[in-house]
Amino acid sequence: MAYALQQLINGLTLGSMYGLIAIGYTMVYGIIGMINFAHGDIFMVSAFIAVTAFTILAAADVTSIPLALTFVLIVSIFFTSAYGWAVERTAYRPLRGSSRLAPLISAIGMSIFLQNTVQLTQGARVKPIPPVLEGGVVLWDAPGFAVQIGWSQILIIVTTVILMSAFTWMITQTPFGRQQRACEQDRKMAALLGVNVDRTISYTFMLGAALAAVAGVMVTVYYGVVDFFIGFLAGIKAFTAAVLGGIGSLPGAMLGGLLIGLIESFWSAYLWAEYKDVATFGILCLVLILRPSGLLGRPEVEKV
Amino acid sequence: MSAVVFARHAMTPAERLRDAAWVAFVGLVLGIPMVGLTTVDAGGRLGVETRFGLLAAVVAAVFGGRLLLRWAIDQARNRKLERERASTATAADRASGALKLVNFLGWVALGTAITLPILFSDNRYVVDTATTVLIYVMLGWGLNVVVGLAGLLDLGYVAFYAVGAYSYALLSTQFGWSFWEALPVSGALAASFGILLGYPILRLRGDYLAIVTLGFGEIIRIILVNWTEFSGGPNGISSIPRPSFFGLDFTRSPAEGEQSFAGFFGLEFSPMHRLIFLYYLILVLALLTHAFVSRLRKLPVGRAWEALREDEIACQAMGMNTTHIKLSAFAIGAMLGGFGGVFFAARQGFISPESFVFTESAIILAIVVLGGMGSQMGVVLAATLLVLIPEFGRGLAEYRMLLFGLAMVLIMVWRPGGLLAHREPTLRLKPLQQSAPAKEAAR
Repeated sequence: MAYALQQLINGLTLGSMYGLIAIGYTMVYGIIGMINFAHGDIFMVSAFIAVTAFTILAAADVTSIPLALTFVLIVSIFFTSAYGWAVERTAYRPLRGSSRLAPLISAIGMSIFLQNTVQLTQGARVKPIPPVLEGGVVLWDAPGFAVQIGWSQILIIVTTVILMSAFTWMITQTPFGRQQRACEQDRKMAALLGVNVDRTISYTFMLGAALAAVAGVMVTVYYGVVDFFIGFLAGIKAFTAAVLGGIGSLPGAMLGGLLIGLIESFWSAYLWAEYKDVATFGILCLVLILRPSGLLGRPEVEKV
Repeated sequence: MSAVVFARHAMTPAERLRDAAWVAFVGLVLGIPMVGLTTVDAGGRLGVETRFGLLAAVVAAVFGGRLLLRWAIDQARNRKLERERASTATAADRASGALKLVNFLGWVALGTAITLPILFSDNRYVVDTATTVLIYVMLGWGLNVVVGLAGLLDLGYVAFYAVGAYSYALLSTQFGWSFWEALPVSGALAASFGILLGYPILRLRGDYLAIVTLGFGEIIRIILVNWTEFSGGPNGISSIPRPSFFGLDFTRSPAEGEQSFAGFFGLEFSPMHRLIFLYYLILVLALLTHAFVSRLRKLPVGRAWEALREDEIACQAMGMNTTHIKLSAFAIGAMLGGFGGVFFAARQGFISPESFVFTESAIILAIVVLGGMGSQMGVVLAATLLVLIPEFGRGLAEYRMLLFGLAMVLIMVWRPGGLLAHREPTLRLKPLQQSAPAKEAAR
């Protein structure tokens, strides 16, 4: 029981991170209907920026943890959004209106390019940083096993909840959210009604990158190591999460992320850890076969 | 901003400079965290190192590059406009001219492919690279059935390649099957995997299909890595027997009572014999694939694939069984991938899960899309390009994958429809009766 509770906490932490990345996929898919394959690598870039920022702070002898975290988050969000913007501008915008596969190939190329750029400029070795947030709270001191929630886990879950609320508010209540939803429903009509579609898409990419940047900082804090290859698997898992929850749906992305995180941690704890990715993909297939539009997605109605 | 987009007048030098400065500024922002700063291992913990000189050089290069690029694009656009104004050829004429050129190129490519090992009979590197190109051509043609013709986006094609390779490796090392015995069986196995995968996911469309196939590819790879008793785990399977030439082995000293290739033909032994044989083997396999796929396109099933790609709902309305059509495309694509895998295992003599990662699927898909979906010649062109780019980049060893990714983006942006985007309809309505003689008369 205690062990299961611990897995629940770990799974929620992992799931929050997947969810944050998944939102980037789901928003981009909703608005321009493409799989942004480079999104996982954007997340990886943000983790590297976080490592650099933490190292600079350590060199400058900053000891206040809240201050350090805020600084790293701001720096990482700023630069990562710039990356998100630049990727959209150079690799996707020229391809708007061409076949569905062209931007996908361009995205795969971008992903390979980003991975190798980082490998070249930052080195192929794993980057460890000293632990930022150590310790935690013992929730339940069961006999033989103490259930513990680490400070970094609390940080991740709380940040995710806050960001999700802010995000939902922004999409449903603000003018930008309205424009974004308008573009999602009908880009041409939105343009006719005076929405700057190109700008809205750019902002969408920047927002997705910003959320990925938060996830990147959290991963750096939680695991303490980063390498240039983390983007691939995280990206695929997050995309799986987005599809699982119903692609195009924001709460769906979060739900999908949490489910994937939980499945992964429970599967590794009770069954075979080496087959945890098989479990993730297997469940994805099952859900899609039973509910082709995902858990929270609306079924696509195709008009002839 | 939007005014700039619509402006088609020649840019003034000031505008060019401003544009380049803006791009250079973006480069600077992107460069600071990646180029300008780096973390290095300083005695057990990380320290920050600054490389502002390098950053300045990169930004300057971006500035200059943008100026040049803008200028080149404008020049090209002007020249194209002039040519269009000058020429009276219609779009149809130009299309048929392009088609003739592609056909001609096809014959040239075939001629080159046949004579290449004769011309470079002692150059191991050239023959090896050409063999790699042909493997990708064959895989590209196989995937073309699924993606280009049937329009099903498959991101896990490498799984079938792996099934083919592992079934040959296991059949030959465990049961002593020869290449020719194992080839059809492995192909059939790969095809049944295709049906196995295809059956449950046929209701999915578009990108859902893509992610499930991607997941399937990963599942196969993870199983290969972890099921050590079956597949040898991460160490893979080694000493896979090589194919023989109608029973003649390519060895220096043949086993008792057997003859080697060199001995039978009275040639001096050379390791190149095997390489050249392998080259011709894959060439024949690839050409058979090509003939097979071209024939299929003309059969009802091939036409059904293309109809399905264009409009699934219309197909259903016409009473076509979309399930069977999709399954057949999946199975045939998988079978061709399996053949490719068998050849790969036989050529390498060693396989491991390392060879069947997602990047491989991405490269094969890139070959199909870069070439121009559904275009057989386009696949050849794209495969040659994508294999040769990293090869030429070998001098700049660690930059080769970077160049590869960049090339994928640039080719796509330059020609979104693929290199040979023009697609001839497999069937076309006959033109009006009178137009053909009238055209003759005009000439």
